Amino acid sequence: MLRYILQRGMLALAVAFTVSLATFFLLNFASDPAYSIAGEDATPEVLAQIRETYGLDRPAFVRYLDWLGSVLQGDFGTSYYWNKPVAELVSDRAGATITLALSAVMVTILIAIPLGAWAALRPNTLVDRFALTVAVSAQAVPNFWLGLIVIILFAVMLPIFPVSGDDSWRHFVLPAFVLGASSVPAVMRLTRTGLIDVMQSDYIRTARSKGYRGFTLLTRHALRNALLPVISVLAVQLGQKFGGSVITESIFAINGLGRLALESILGSDIPTVQMLIFVFALIFVAMNLLADILNAALDPRIRIG
Amino acid sequence: MTSPLLEIQNLSIRLKVPSGVLHAVRNASLTLNRGEALGIVGESGSGKSLTAMALMRLLPKVANVEFDTLKFDGTDLGEVPEATFTRDYLGPRLSMIFQEPMTSLNPVYTIGRQLTEASVRIGRMTNAQANTRALELLDRVGIPNPKARMAQYPHQLSGGQRQRVMIAMALMLEPELLIADEPTTALDATIQTQIMTLLNDLRREMNMGMILITHDLAVVSENVDRVAVMYGGEIVESGRSGDVLAAPAHPYTRALLTAIPHMGGEPKRLGAIPGTVPALLQPPKGCVFAARCAHAEPRCATERPPRQGSDNHHRLCILTEKTLAELPPAVPSDPLPKREMAHEAVLEARHVSRVFHSRSGLFGPRHEIRAVDDISLSLKRGETLALVGESGSGKTTLSRLLLGLDTPTSGEILLDGQPVEAMDGLRRADLVQPIFQDPYSSLNPRRTLAEIIARPLALRGMGTARERQLKARELMERVRLPERLMHSYPSQLSGGQRQRVAIARALVTSPEILVCDEPTSALDVSVQAQILNLLVDLQAELGLTCLLITHDMAVVHQIASRVAVMLDGKIVEEGPAAELLANPKNAYTRTLLDAAPQFRPTETPTMEATS
Amino acid sequence: MTTNMLAEEVAESLPPTPRQLALSRALNHKGFMTGGVILILLAIIAIAAPLIAPHDPFAQSLSTRMLPPVWVEGGSWEHLLGTDQNGRDYLSRLIYGTRVSLTIGLGAASIGLVIGVTLGVIAGYFGGWVDHGVSFLLTAQLALPGLLLAMALVFIIGPSVWVVIGIVGVLHWTYYLVVTRAATQRIRSLDFIAADRAAGATSGQIIRQEILPNLLPQIIVIFTFEVGIAILAEASLSFLGVGIQPPTPSWGLMIAEGKIAMFYRPWLVVLPGLCLFVLVIGANLLGDGLRDITSPEGRN
Repeated sequence: MLRYILQRGMLALAVAFTVSLATFFLLNFASDPAYSIAGEDATPEVLAQIRETYGLDRPAFVRYLDWLGSVLQGDFGTSYYWNKPVAELVSDRAGATITLALSAVMVTILIAIPLGAWAALRPNTLVDRFALTVAVSAQAVPNFWLGLIVIILFAVMLPIFPVSGDDSWRHFVLPAFVLGASSVPAVMRLTRTGLIDVMQSDYIRTARSKGYRGFTLLTRHALRNALLPVISVLAVQLGQKFGGSVITESIFAINGLGRLALESILGSDIPTVQMLIFVFALIFVAMNLLADILNAALDPRIRIG
Repeated sequence: MTSPLLEIQNLSIRLKVPSGVLHAVRNASLTLNRGEALGIVGESGSGKSLTAMALMRLLPKVANVEFDTLKFDGTDLGEVPEATFTRDYLGPRLSMIFQEPMTSLNPVYTIGRQLTEASVRIGRMTNAQANTRALELLDRVGIPNPKARMAQYPHQLSGGQRQRVMIAMALMLEPELLIADEPTTALDATIQTQIMTLLNDLRREMNMGMILITHDLAVVSENVDRVAVMYGGEIVESGRSGDVLAAPAHPYTRALLTAIPHMGGEPKRLGAIPGTVPALLQPPKGCVFAARCAHAEPRCATERPPRQGSDNHHRLCILTEKTLAELPPAVPSDPLPKREMAHEAVLEARHVSRVFHSRSGLFGPRHEIRAVDDISLSLKRGETLALVGESGSGKTTLSRLLLGLDTPTSGEILLDGQPVEAMDGLRRADLVQPIFQDPYSSLNPRRTLAEIIARPLALRGMGTARERQLKARELMERVRLPERLMHSYPSQLSGGQRQRVAIARALVTSPEILVCDEPTSALDVSVQAQILNLLVDLQAELGLTCLLITHDMAVVHQIASRVAVMLDGKIVEEGPAAELLANPKNAYTRTLLDAAPQFRPTETPTMEATS
Repeated sequence: MTTNMLAEEVAESLPPTPRQLALSRALNHKGFMTGGVILILLAIIAIAAPLIAPHDPFAQSLSTRMLPPVWVEGGSWEHLLGTDQNGRDYLSRLIYGTRVSLTIGLGAASIGLVIGVTLGVIAGYFGGWVDHGVSFLLTAQLALPGLLLAMALVFIIGPSVWVVIGIVGVLHWTYYLVVTRAATQRIRSLDFIAADRAAGATSGQIIRQEILPNLLPQIIVIFTFEVGIAILAEASLSFLGVGIQPPTPSWGLMIAEGKIAMFYRPWLVVLPGLCLFVLVIGANLLGDGLRDITSPEGRN
């Protein structure tokens, strides 16, 4: 078990490193940061001056190592656009995004898992059809549009929840629903197929031959097996919620990391964007590691290899 | 006389399938007395498992079950509501074990929990009682160190051990009837015998009734008192097992008996049953077996056959006692074709080893598995060498090495005197071709038969499409496949037909050697006979050399000229088939031979009917 | 019994071929037929946009700004769905928007297909270190926040239809990879591949002639889903201002433009969103249906 976790941990570190490398080179080669700082119509002299000040005249790989070195020492650089340390920007705004991401995943769990399980236990019935319709529609709705529609509905017709800002828990209800809705199809389908597979398995037949039926059969023999893959997917979804917060935060005017990212992009603030992408990737990697550990704890086949 | 333990009259099961309604079981009637064992024998699709599942109420909702009588110990089970049935019957009175020990236990819970939970839940035992009982039973079924095993998970046990756990679990509440559905089919022969012996002993100790469902007549002949033979959803013959097996009265049973390779005496040509099992989408107007029956008369196709015989032995057939008495005994009698054998080796393995390395994860210790360990072996022109061994003995790895699908870690393989490693793939393929076990996976589902058979020619760029098609037709004739199947797809064929296609493809480049890896073990007995006969005929016609990989000693006896026995990657004994089977020198060979289910109808004690 | 008698197969009608089965399943599959009809209609609209559109989608007119649709008071038959803030005919812009969405959807999904299928088949077929490498690449790609990276890259490189297609395509190959890799591993372990190798086929021949044809149904299924995903990705980028730029009629951009007035003129936001929804649901229904049809045992 310990060896397994260690192994997954090493893999996570390697992935984080690769991601940082990829992000750095993608963003630094796609553009000349000097232009972003000086503006499109800067003279060559000004550009050269900037390159020297920011150390942009050195080879890319040296710059990467330099960047990585500072990151490892806790120095996340300074934003060109906001003129503040990136670390400060991120820590100021992280709270709102974490709240949003966690509550979005809660919404997903509350809708997708019961619906998927219900559909699985009544395959090819009205319930199943309904669940499938929900999944297919939720998959086809543009998330930002859903956000706007929700705002129109709630602002105009049903003003019970505020549609903008991040001051209280009530502000997070609608954004969490919108952000969570985008994960419902994937999680619901997986719950449904997973549970259907389990219910058709030989060991469920064994349990049935021992007199297990209905709800007891489900809770005592099927649920744990069926939920194992769902846990991994939920972790992936939670990890992606941070990157996915860009749209929701900008629509609902939540001052979080997603909005920071959008504003930094529009302000050509490459160091901040780079750092945010890296932070989101790190969160994703950490969530995956967490899922691996949870899976190992719940599945003896991994725990006792 | 008390009522029988189980009495079923006219059980019918219909299943809704996408293409219509499957009349899976029709008018099946069975009786079983306390302490008695009943064997239900049939090929795949005969409805034997469904009958048991219906009894246990394990059928899916799409199944429609009807019966005139379904009595357990005098109680009409049709009247017992679901809640009562699951609480008072499943476990304490009726219990079942299944074919797939590897998947029939829940992987995420301990053995102990799975053994004890049901008895505690329905309030028959306390936790402590259940634990004691489970430990007792684990010990009884032959699991060493039961205490430690209780805390383990299924994946930590071997297949044989898992089946023992399944048996212990089924016996927790001392059921009156145990249903065993192919309990040993997925296990190695040596373990099969142990499990069957265990089941029989337990049955006598606990005075249980037992229903043994199997496709294997040899298993039935050794283990049950009464037998019911199912075909196409009907019980075509049933009676005391001694009577049925010694004097089979239904043409299907007779044909089935001639299709089984026997261990003793000179091998004879097997009596294969032509055709395939009917699709049961409509209930038959006449006899279900009429289309394949050697004794069929015109009225068999239009009229339902009468039930004839006594309660101790009856059949669904028009044949009278008189006609039956005139028929020859139901044993194979035609001689096999003679084959030419030379002494030169066409295939030679010299000190071949194949070592696999595995590592449990990135930091785990490295394991070394010597799947094939310093084997030297030669295959002489025209002979059939059988490579025998249980799962994990390395026989399949060796066959892959000989086919050039894998390279040995050390040693050398010579094909026609040349090292196979230096050989170009196409040249190698001209000399040696494989036939695999699973006919469902050995054909590309997206190609037609003609394309599949001619594929080796296409790879060589030989001939035009038209010429290749003609060649495919020729090969189909050679393996006795009707020409009309030429443009059909594998999914439209039966298992036996698919295996013929695989053989045709192997022969299209006229190779010298066929390497057949368990070519018949995925097939029903009657189809196995067709394929074995075909292989023997082809060998005689074409002078082929065969390497036959198998676990089945009867098949070895049927077609092998020489035998090599493998254990743990080594050959432990090698010699001419007749000699080795009669006088095995090696202890392991003897174990294998003893474990092979022997078909011996005469040895079953035939007791006088007591009614 | 003679050998010839054994050879005589019992005459019974053959079950239908896989193609016949698929066709009959397709015709009976409501979702597939609905999705198919939607996509065909939208494809016709996209191709024949100049013939169908009542107005020039780019023609601005200050006198006809912000007209409501015909069913709202003040609407006219001249502009069936009203006009936008620049006085351009909304219906015509929606019709031309079909072109943008379909071009980007098909283009980006094709790029992803080439990358994902190539990697998936190679990883699944060769296994070992190649597989480890590709799996690592997959994990790394999944870890990257796709939308954010796409936004940053499109913004830096400079937004245009081709840049959006390229970047959305390059970032959406993981689904192809996961499915083709698993399917290739499964097919590779089947005996007909071993038989082909034993018949002398090279790895290239096996991959192209035996494995790829068997993967085709699954690849098409994912392609239809990916078309929908790419369309939504483009719409999101355009909505956030880092995708298709004005005055090109992109549905996502139209929603962004209509956002300011959405409380008073909700149709400006609702209509392009509905168009997106219908197009993507068409693609998804088609994909779901194809999956049911090609592998009836594995629904969802």
